[in-house]
Amino acid sequence: MSKELLRYLLTRFGQLLLIIFVAVSINFIIPRLLPGDPVQTALARLQATGGAQNVDIQAVSAAYRAKYGLDAPILEQYFNYWLDLFQLDLGVSFANFPEKVSTMIGNALPWSVTLLAVATLIAFSVGSLLGARLAWPGSGRTIKSIVPLMMILTSIPFYLLAIILIYFFAVVLKWFPPAGGVDTTRIMRLDWATTEDILRHAFLPCLAIILGNVGFWALGMRSQMVSVLGEDYITFAEAKGLHPNRIFVWYGMRNALLAQVTALALSLGSVVSGAVLVEVIFNYPGLGSLLYVAIRGQDYFVIQGVVLMLIVSLAVLLFLVDLIYPLLDPRIRR
Amino acid sequence: MNLLSSLRRNYEQGRISGVLLLGLGILAAILLFSAIGPFFVDAVNAQVGAVRPRKPPGPEYFLGTDSQGRDMWTLLIYATPNTLKMGLIAGFIGVGFGTALGLIAGHFGGIVDAVIRVISDALLTVPAIAILVIIAGNIDRMTTLVMALVVASLGWMFTTRTVRAQVLTIREKSYVEVARVNGESQWEILFTEIMPNLMPYIVASFVGTVSGSILAVIGLEALGLGALDEMTLGNTIYWSQQSSAVLRGYWWWWGPPIVVIAAIFIGLFLTSVGFDRFANPKLAKR
Repeated sequence: MSKELLRYLLTRFGQLLLIIFVAVSINFIIPRLLPGDPVQTALARLQATGGAQNVDIQAVSAAYRAKYGLDAPILEQYFNYWLDLFQLDLGVSFANFPEKVSTMIGNALPWSVTLLAVATLIAFSVGSLLGARLAWPGSGRTIKSIVPLMMILTSIPFYLLAIILIYFFAVVLKWFPPAGGVDTTRIMRLDWATTEDILRHAFLPCLAIILGNVGFWALGMRSQMVSVLGEDYITFAEAKGLHPNRIFVWYGMRNALLAQVTALALSLGSVVSGAVLVEVIFNYPGLGSLLYVAIRGQDYFVIQGVVLMLIVSLAVLLFLVDLIYPLLDPRIRR
Repeated sequence: MNLLSSLRRNYEQGRISGVLLLGLGILAAILLFSAIGPFFVDAVNAQVGAVRPRKPPGPEYFLGTDSQGRDMWTLLIYATPNTLKMGLIAGFIGVGFGTALGLIAGHFGGIVDAVIRVISDALLTVPAIAILVIIAGNIDRMTTLVMALVVASLGWMFTTRTVRAQVLTIREKSYVEVARVNGESQWEILFTEIMPNLMPYIVASFVGTVSGSILAVIGLEALGLGALDEMTLGNTIYWSQQSSAVLRGYWWWWGPPIVVIAAIFIGLFLTSVGFDRFANPKLAKR
């Protein structure tokens, strides 16, 4: 491993640690900047909205005060906060006392990760291929006529597309279930019926995220491809008499994809923001819906836990993209 | 007359493209709609229980009524300017703050630059909704103005990045060198030599920031974190979700706000694409 590569990796790792540090600190500071005691405020709101009628409020309050040492000096609180995080202790839900926030997140995480990973991968590959075709002089007129459609799809927020999809495919046509992750009556087993049920429920949310993102990747790839096709090595490849398909894939797409991977790293944040809302619209049992229910029920530690989880997992994902990048671009590896 | 002929020249040179005109046209139509709309409707009809609930569109109620007894057409006319207002305020604050930070970072360099760059890069990659949810969730009485401020708090990084990169390029130009030799002060150079050349980038960032802010505002509102007692497009979506309007087939409740939101975003998107061509004539030839 060369010195430059090591430096690159260390910088990226430092950035990962910085994002995590900032996220945790924001999560710690904002509630404490506000007047009053966070536990008292949260419990009072919870009572007011009738969220915890069957919970012994005094027991909850006492447990929290003891646990978080809210009367301790602020630096000690901050230190304890980090200590708890390292033990994966994100606190306990108010609304579902005494369920642990980490358990709730653990249940929701697989749903979100699978949905987002599959949808983003499909949108990225289809969009990039489409965009490359759009810039290719050899493509026909029909494919070029989809540019306006791509523009419209990129500009509309995709949770609004989700609403339209539910209406047409779940309410009017009844082809797919309108909400949820599986049938409410289903007992989860490792068999085909369960898998099919899960896939049927995931189809529309997945489609919403794909449709909302595909235009972004197509338009980005198109402009990258246009500039790559203007390079001298393309002219040289043509002069050598290489087959157009070979030039398209190995000389054009391969180089244009580099910028797309950088864009992927930068846009993941907004993709996650949108996916959270898609989950809410579909009542999909992932982190987004958990966050929504927690917001509605003023379930303070769940909100904090989910937000932290979103930021940290995205930071880790970005770090992974950064790790892959030197494999794609030899100039960094040198 | 001078302005007109310069516009015409620009149009003939292909700098003012059809895309830019279409984008600006859509935005102008939406602004006109929200400016003159209130003269034709009665604000009372947008209040809860003012009209008969759950009526589909018809001669009596042009866009139907929701299940809380509000006339959708009136609601739309009052909600659209509120949503635009939040986007514009957040856009102005975000771009103003972002430009200031970008100028400082690019012009003075050193440790200030490093700190600003690291923070803005870190914040750019974080899912905005996560931080906004924490901030908005901790505010007791939400209003549209507070909402704009909350969203603006994360709306400056892109501008900072663009402005900083441009300042780094411009400060190496020979005319800045001439000004420096002539004895102009740091601030004079910053405001009289560098600032004017940044304008195209600032305008482009503004369009992008307004679009991003409206997106964030509607997202927060759809989560129920908005100013729920005020009429906005995002709140209309929120209430329609709360009443399961999609499943119950009340398409006229969620459909019109989605159409207006889509029109706003398409207008902004086309304007920014068109403006790129205006500010960067090399693109116009394509």
